[in-house]
Amino acid sequence: MKSGLRKGLAAAFAIARKDLRTEWRTRESLNASLSFAVVILVLFSFAFDLDREEKLAISGGLLWLVYAFAGALIVNRSFARELPNDCLEVLIASVPAWAIFLGKAIACFLLLLIVEFASLPIFGLFYNISWIGSLLPLLLVIALATWGITVVGAALSAVTVNVRLRELMLPVLLYPLMIPLLIGAMELTTGLLNGNAVLSDVRLLIVFDVMFTSLALYLIEFILVI
Amino acid sequence: MHAVAADRVWKYFGDYPALRGASFEVAKGACVALLGRNGAGKTTLLRILASLSKPSKGEVRILGRIGYLGHGIGVYDDLSALENLSLFGQLTGIENPKQAANTALERVGLTRVKDGLAREFSRGMRQRLAIARAFLHNPDLLLLDEPFTSLDDRAVAVLQQLLADARARGSTIIMSTHQIREAMELASDVALLDRGRIIFSGPRNNEMLLDPGWLYRTYGDIRE
Repeated sequence: MKSGLRKGLAAAFAIARKDLRTEWRTRESLNASLSFAVVILVLFSFAFDLDREEKLAISGGLLWLVYAFAGALIVNRSFARELPNDCLEVLIASVPAWAIFLGKAIACFLLLLIVEFASLPIFGLFYNISWIGSLLPLLLVIALATWGITVVGAALSAVTVNVRLRELMLPVLLYPLMIPLLIGAMELTTGLLNGNAVLSDVRLLIVFDVMFTSLALYLIEFILVI
Repeated sequence: MHAVAADRVWKYFGDYPALRGASFEVAKGACVALLGRNGAGKTTLLRILASLSKPSKGEVRILGRIGYLGHGIGVYDDLSALENLSLFGQLTGIENPKQAANTALERVGLTRVKDGLAREFSRGMRQRLAIARAFLHNPDLLLLDEPFTSLDDRAVAVLQQLLADARARGSTIIMSTHQIREAMELASDVALLDRGRIIFSGPRNNEMLLDPGWLYRTYGDIRE
């Protein structure tokens, strides 16, 4: 007999695989999110006539605003995907709520990473900013901040899943909560692209991730089972 | 030891009490027909037993693994029949979920279309897939919310066979239904809900089997 934790983790990975598989077949949030990220990056590059120093100064802010908005499009579908045919009921009756949440968060994390890595070369091309030299620390920042976005986003996706205006409600709730995470990610990314990052600032992202992951795992049962 | 015990369960939706101190116990291996008119609280009680909803007051104890069939079919349109059942096999932690899924598909007559997406299935096929999903992991307790409603003849036959097999295995079954005649043929026990209270709970007797309206006439205020 599997232990409760192992069984829950296995269920979480099964849910993540299911979400990735259905998303791959429908591409309903991936296409929207990726198109949005690319369009915003391209439009901003034409909208402002900036010299290289100015571009470097706003690089982190621009990148993470785009990722935050693109992330909202991904997490919006996370729990809403379970509404047709009342699939969420079957999940809740079958597995612990924390496992459902973890599976959803893992799937959103991987989908948002795809969007981020696909739009990063476009960012480099249109803003003439090389990020290859700082790739490894940048990957760390992207991974930590993306997990933060998806963990808060997936939790709020569960909160708003039965709300009629959930597409509107989710961003309204999501962005204020993400402010500390985004400030940290923006400053670190700008620093890395300028070659003067203080990587110890990554602690803010780690604390945010640990705090909100723990909180979401604890509260999700009260959100889903009412 | 009872498979299910509900002790003075209340459930409020806003100020409205959908359940008002409902209490009942179900012995292991029993098949209970949960009866009552619309709005009596059948679905609310089943949702609480299935852990989909928390009671506002009172306590519920459940033994073993649950299989739940609600109003929705609970399968993913963008997954194939085999993928759907394999997924639920993994979620419920059964050994070799793919093999169990194939066996379940054979039992409900969907082997030929096992790789087809659920969205491409006819209504009857989707219903049989939903039934296969609920019974896949041989649950100790089956909670079925109006399982016969809108089923085609083949799906009814499949469901009746699976229910008979589950009873033979010793599973406990609680099903809410308006199809009293079908329910009485399967049930060993009957519970009658009225306005959030269980007003009768006990073994099914011959009067109930021969005259489905007898229970309502005797214990409820509804006349057929």
